[in-house]
Amino acid sequence: MIWTILTVLSWVFILAGAFFSIIGGIGIVRFPEFFSRLHGGGITDTMGAALIVLGLICLSPSILVAIKLIMILFFLLVTSPSSCHALANSALAQGHWPELDNTGKPESK
Amino acid sequence: MKYTVTLAIALVLVWLVWSGHYDKPFILLLGAISCAFSLYLSRRMKIVDEEGAPAQLGLRPFLSYAPWLAKEIAKSNWDVTKVILSPQMPMQRNMVTVTAHPKTQLGRVILANSITLTPGTVSVSMEDDQILIHALSFEGAAEDISGNMDRRVQALESRSR
Repeated sequence: MIWTILTVLSWVFILAGAFFSIIGGIGIVRFPEFFSRLHGGGITDTMGAALIVLGLICLSPSILVAIKLIMILFFLLVTSPSSCHALANSALAQGHWPELDNTGKPESK
Repeated sequence: MKYTVTLAIALVLVWLVWSGHYDKPFILLLGAISCAFSLYLSRRMKIVDEEGAPAQLGLRPFLSYAPWLAKEIAKSNWDVTKVILSPQMPMQRNMVTVTAHPKTQLGRVILANSITLTPGTVSVSMEDDQILIHALSFEGAAEDISGNMDRRVQALESRSR
């Protein structure tokens, strides 16, 4: 009984994670320029990865496997913003200033 | 000393959980030796400090900060998803500069990484305590300017002293 519930739950999580991963991919294609494309990649990094790992945790046969999956999620969430920041920072360092939609509001440097 | 003990506990726990061996004394001995050796090496490299083994944070990053951050990530994920799926893509891209109030470098790294982790805002560059943020919408930018995340990271590092 409990196993059935866990299986159904894992299906829900994994399908939702796949949905958000695809959304991230669509975002990378649809956004117009470099800096807004980073936001599309962010969805795959956070929601997609987290939900898929959560679904796998529901299916894990022992507590040890579950802890290992949680550690994978932890390292994924610590490293992915670093790489995202490195990408954005190197683009800016190369003189690639983003297109902005507003002219009045920002306090850009 | 506090940092050394923290690192030792973390190493032993990681070894036990990731190896899964509890019954063979020889393998346990090898694990103990490798933990002691990496502890010795990190002491020798002088990286056992408040950044290498952040004992001063305790378990609060996982118990109080992570659940709140997960909620924020889910919320902003949904906002960005709506932008991506709508036909006109209603973007209000803007750049804002936010002042980071956490005093330690570790706190600032946590803050900048949390800003990047929430979709819709990416920290682009950081000089001293000024974080330059690229935001996809005004609401996302306003959330970072309001300093809610900043206050939580400050609370994370201040109560520990």
